[in-house]
Amino acid sequence: MAKRDNAVDLVGLLSVEGQDLAATWVREVSGSLKGRVGTAELDRELRELYDALLDALRQGATDVHADQMSEVRALLTELSRNRARQGFSPSETAVSIFALKRVLEPLLQEGSADDVRAYLELGRVLDGLGLFTIESYSQTREEIITAQAEQLLELSTPVVRLWDGVIAVPLVGTLDSARTQVVMEKLLQALVDTGSEQAIIDITGVPAVDTQVAQHLLKTIVAARLMGAECTVSGISPQIAQTIVALGIEFDDIVTKASLADALKLALRRSGVDLVAHEGAQR
Amino acid sequence: MSERIPILRIGETLLVSVQFDLEDQMVLNLQEDLAQQIVDKSARGVIIDISALEIVDSFVGRMLAAVAAISRVLDARTVVVGMRPAVAITLVELGLSLGGVDTALDLEKGLAKLRQSTDSALR
Amino acid sequence: MKAPWTAGEKPQVHSIARSGDLVHIRQAIRALSQKCRLSLVDQTKMITAASELARNTLIYGGGGTVTSGLVSAGNKQGVAAVFEDSGPGIPDVEQAMTDGWTSGGGLGLGLSGARRLVDDFELVTAPGEGTSVTIVKWVR
Repeated sequence: MAKRDNAVDLVGLLSVEGQDLAATWVREVSGSLKGRVGTAELDRELRELYDALLDALRQGATDVHADQMSEVRALLTELSRNRARQGFSPSETAVSIFALKRVLEPLLQEGSADDVRAYLELGRVLDGLGLFTIESYSQTREEIITAQAEQLLELSTPVVRLWDGVIAVPLVGTLDSARTQVVMEKLLQALVDTGSEQAIIDITGVPAVDTQVAQHLLKTIVAARLMGAECTVSGISPQIAQTIVALGIEFDDIVTKASLADALKLALRRSGVDLVAHEGAQR
Repeated sequence: MSERIPILRIGETLLVSVQFDLEDQMVLNLQEDLAQQIVDKSARGVIIDISALEIVDSFVGRMLAAVAAISRVLDARTVVVGMRPAVAITLVELGLSLGGVDTALDLEKGLAKLRQSTDSALR
Repeated sequence: MKAPWTAGEKPQVHSIARSGDLVHIRQAIRALSQKCRLSLVDQTKMITAASELARNTLIYGGGGTVTSGLVSAGNKQGVAAVFEDSGPGIPDVEQAMTDGWTSGGGLGLGLSGARRLVDDFELVTAPGEGTSVTIVKWVR
C-alpha cells in the first residue's frame, strides 16, 4: 500500500487547509503571461486543471500517462492548443505547469522530510505534465502549418470559366511539382464539372519552370485529351521558352499562344463561336 | 462461356456502356463483338462510354486502341467518352496516351463528334 | 524492402490463378486504399499498378499470390502489395524495366508503368527462382 500512502501525501501537499493554492497558481502564471490571457479565462482553465489533477492523484495516478490522468491530459491538450493558436511560445505554455512547483515551495520551509519527498514526487509528475504540454503544443503547430500550406495551395490555383465551354487556370508564382499536380487535378475535374472542351493554362505569371514542372504540364494536356478536351498554353515567357528548348522537352504537340487573349480567341473558334466586330462600334 | 456486354444500335451508331470492372475475357469478347457488329450493322460510328469505370489498366487501354484501329479499317469511327480525370492521369503516368483514339467528355459530345465527321464526309 | 505491415492489421493473401482473380484483387486493393484514405488519384494509381502486376504474375510467372495490407513507417500511412510467383524469373531486370520491352506480346508497360504509379517499388528475381514485386503507395 506504499503507493496509496504516497498518493495521499501528494494530495495533502496540494490541498493545504485554509489556503487557496489554485488562486496563488493563477496569480503566478498570470504574471508570466503578462496579461495576454484574460484573468477570468486563466482562472477557469487552471482551476479545472487543478481539480482534475487532485482527482487523478487521489485515485493513485503516478505519472502523466496513467489512466486516471485522462481528464488532466484532455485539459492540458486544450490549454496547449489554445496557447499555440494564440501565438504563445512553447516555454510560455509549459511554464503554466511548472509555476505550480514554485507555488508549493514556501510550504516546504516548515515541512517534514516526508513533505519534501512528496514534493519531489509531485515535481516528477509535473515535469511529465510540462513535457506533455510541449508535445501537444508542437503537434498543434504542425497541424496549423499543414492546414495553411493546403489553404495556400487552394488559393493559388483558381480555375475560372471564361466562356461557355472554355475554362482557364492563370498560374502565378513559382511552380513546384506538388502544386503543379494539384493544378492538374483541379483543371481536369473542372473540365468534367463545367462540361468544357477547351482549357487554357496561362503561365504569364510564372517566372521559371523546371523539367519536372514542364513534364507535369505536358501530362495534364495529354490527360485532358484522353478525356476529350483540348488545352492551350499561353503566356510563355522568353526565358521559359529557352528553358523548354534547352531541356529538350517535347512541346511539339502542344498548342501555344503568346497571350491569354489569343488563346481565348482560338478556344472560341474551336468551340464554334465567331467574334464579329460591329461596324462603326463606339470604343 | 463468360458474360458479354450488350451493344446497342442507334441508326448508324453502335453504343457500348461499360458499367462495371471487366474480366479480361469480357474485354476480349467486347473487342470481337464490336468488330463483328460494325460489319453486320454497317455502322459508321462506335461510342464506348467508360464514365462508370474507376480504373482502366493497360489491358483495357489496349482494347480501346484496338477497337479504334479496327473500326478505322472498317470505315467507322470510334469515340471513347466519359473518362474520369483520375483514370486519365493514371493512364498518362502508366505511359499509355491512346494515340489514334478519339475522345469526348460525355455521351452527348461524343455523338456530336460522330455527327460532325459523317456530315463532313458527305459534303 | 520488407513491407512494414501496420501492427494489428493482418495482411490478406489472394491467389492469382485465373484472369478472373484480377477483379477480386482490384477490389481488395480499392478497399484498402479507401480505408487508408488515399486521394482519389492515388487510389486509382495504386489499383491500376496492382492490376498490371497481378497480370504479370499470371502471364509470366504462371500464377502466384498477392499479399496486401496497410503499412506504416514513422507517422506515414500507406497501402502495400507484394506479388510473388515461382515462375521462371526475369533474366535481365534492366531490360524488363524498360518502357516498351515485352516478352509476352503486351505493350511492355507492366513493370515500368507500375513503378511510375507507386511511391516504393522493389523487384527481387533470379532466373529459375521466381519473382517478387513489392509496391507501396503512401498517403500524401
